[in-house]
Amino acid sequence: MVWLQILIDGFAISSLYALGAIGFTLIFGVSGVLNLAHGGVMLVAALMGWMLAGEARIGTYLGTLLGVLSGLACAYVTYLMVVRPIQRSAAIPREEKEIFVLTGTLLWGIMIQQGMAYLFTDNPVTMRPLIAGVVSIAGVRTPLNEIMIAVICWVVIGLLWLFVNRTRAGKALLAASINPRGLTLLGFELSRVYLLAWTIYGVLAGVAGVLLASFLGVSSNNTGQLTASAFSIVVLGGLGSVSGSLMAAYVVGYLETITAYLIAPTLRPLPALLLLVLVVYVRPQGLLGRR
Amino acid sequence: MTNLLRSPVLWAALLLAAVASTLPWWLSGYVLGVLTVAYYFGVFSMAWDLLFGFAGEVNFGPTFLIGLGAYTAAILDAKWGPPIPVCIIAGGLVALIGGLLLALPALRLRGPYFGLVTLVAVLLLQNCIVIFAGVTGGEIGMTVPDVLSVRAEDNYWYALAFLIVCAIILFGLSRSAIGLILQASGQDAVGAQALGFNVTKHKLAAFCISAVFSGVAGAMLIFYQGTASVSTVVDLGVGVQIIIAAVLGGRRTILGAVLGSVFLIVAGEFLRPLGQINTFVVAAVALAVILFFPDGLLGNLLRVTARERE
Repeated sequence: MVWLQILIDGFAISSLYALGAIGFTLIFGVSGVLNLAHGGVMLVAALMGWMLAGEARIGTYLGTLLGVLSGLACAYVTYLMVVRPIQRSAAIPREEKEIFVLTGTLLWGIMIQQGMAYLFTDNPVTMRPLIAGVVSIAGVRTPLNEIMIAVICWVVIGLLWLFVNRTRAGKALLAASINPRGLTLLGFELSRVYLLAWTIYGVLAGVAGVLLASFLGVSSNNTGQLTASAFSIVVLGGLGSVSGSLMAAYVVGYLETITAYLIAPTLRPLPALLLLVLVVYVRPQGLLGRR
Repeated sequence: MTNLLRSPVLWAALLLAAVASTLPWWLSGYVLGVLTVAYYFGVFSMAWDLLFGFAGEVNFGPTFLIGLGAYTAAILDAKWGPPIPVCIIAGGLVALIGGLLLALPALRLRGPYFGLVTLVAVLLLQNCIVIFAGVTGGEIGMTVPDVLSVRAEDNYWYALAFLIVCAIILFGLSRSAIGLILQASGQDAVGAQALGFNVTKHKLAAFCISAVFSGVAGAMLIFYQGTASVSTVVDLGVGVQIIIAAVLGGRRTILGAVLGSVFLIVAGEFLRPLGQINTFVVAAVALAVILFFPDGLLGNLLRVTARERE
């Protein structure tokens, strides 16, 4: 019985992790940016969704939608006001751009966290479920909302797959991750491809943030933890590898759920961290990494 | 050596140190307390700058080393209560072991991967502290029975003297042949190796030095504050502050890190009346500096004087 419970809960959590991490890996794959404000973007979407859906009484669905849109807006601000100015700055030597982007996004993440804590306090909030009700799967009582969340995650991931593999713009995105110079030689404007990547990222992080708010709840104190878990899932799967990230999300999600159910909830994050250190030692490129 | 004596940085630093040593006569105990913390942060930032600016290792977890030093000293003092210097030295030694543990992956991994290992190291330490709450006091923190001194002036002197000693050693090291070799191996490890330098040995040395200074400074900080808690010496936020201070002051300047720390801590204190929003403002200022003056405070000054001399 407990195993079935773990199977169901772990699946929902893992799907959410996958969705959160996939945008992070996309941005790294396409433009080489590790966005340490990732947790902040998710937080903005989650809190705006919670505020609009619950407090402003405009309905759960409209609130959810506006929450995702504010996540997107936040991603745009991250790119246009923090990442792009650093990338284009003439004063920063090229080999140090990476650490500047890391520091810049880290600072921006702190600003988001503090700003949100100022506006909404840092109390944990939980959004109203997208759909109410409970079903029984082989004797395990499961909220419909949990199933709905897993379904939404997979629909969004599926849409992303279709977009990248079946459309011209998506293929350009894929090409940019393989050989940006070759893409510019074919007459594509690289900056527009990057903008597209950040748009997709914003939507993915926004959806993940809103779903997180309605599933586990969020608090501005968790921003760093959100970024760290996305970062570790992505490294575990291999930086820039989308399928690797998906796999890693399930490994981490189930490992955490099993620990929480069978050992102790307080130890929840430990095994995943240990596994991560081990993998990074033995196989630095991650499970499905390229290099 | 003559080059060093002619460097304006050295004279400016000496002048600042002289001014700083007169402060206890005309500043209140409260301001001295703020500066004391800022000085310890200065040591953290300098140690970080040696690893990042010179050895080129992206270390997101300076607080792993600091926390090890701080908690070792605190636990030792609370359990057995040997003299304070023994606790501090023990803290430095355990941090040294931690530094060697961190150095092992650093020799194999590059860039973001190593950065992640350091990040995870901090999270693991944090989790361990919470799990072994019986010894470490968990999330609340533990009280350290002994303090360096109860007088604000004395604590200020200890911190200032420690800062000056560390600054001399680290600055001298960075301007020596070792500093140059470190810089070379950080920017192009293969090239440095081809020139016949032992990159591994130098990087290991950089880790050990950085770890010892971080650990000792962490141990001294908790003996000043009288408590050791996750939120003051281990939390990722503290590490971020250290990194920001070093970048703000100017990378690869060592002394700039002190300026950055003092600015950051004092600015945070000045903005305290703003309430919750003060961290936001400090982060915004730091972001603006990074965007518009990426060389940092000291880096920009040095560039201006270098241009004037030309």
